[in-house]
Amino acid sequence: MIRSELIQKIADENTHLNHREVEKIVNTIFEEIIEAMARGDRVELRGFGAFSVKRRDARVGRNPRTGDSVDVDEKHVPFFKTGKLLRERLNEE
Amino acid sequence: MSKTLTRMDLSEAVFREVGLSRNESAQLVETVLAHMSDALVAGETVKISSFGTFNVRHKTARVGRNPKTGEEVPISPRRVLTFRPSHLMKERVAQGNRA
Repeated sequence: MIRSELIQKIADENTHLNHREVEKIVNTIFEEIIEAMARGDRVELRGFGAFSVKRRDARVGRNPRTGDSVDVDEKHVPFFKTGKLLRERLNEE
Repeated sequence: MSKTLTRMDLSEAVFREVGLSRNESAQLVETVLAHMSDALVAGETVKISSFGTFNVRHKTARVGRNPKTGEEVPISPRRVLTFRPSHLMKERVAQGNRA
């Protein structure tokens, strides 16, 4: 399923909304999650999962081709942990 | 300093941006999550451009170990969900949290 298919499903179920409104709703949700993580906040969606930011410490890496060492700065990366309900649903018979 | 957002914050954003009632905004947030969950449970990949990709992976059975007792325990085959953030998300999260 891709973004446009998700938008279409919501539009089909909510015929009182026009397509542009549904697009805006779906886009707002994903945008809000990214903005929160960009601030360092966490987004917890019970039953679905939680988006958070993890810190990766600075380290000395290596160029795999040449073997040269390179300094890699500390950085922050997005992380998602699946919620309990969704994890259980994935493994129901 | 870092806080936790919930469904309520997402529906508040929908309320603010789209101008639907708070109640309907909350329902729509729920609907979006439900459709994504259903697709994943059906084994589909959910790919949201400029956000990221949710993928269902199959894990085979293996023998695990209770780290406390050292006892061997069978781990049954299961499906796990992985999320791969888009480049845009990675960039924005890295930028925003730069010291």
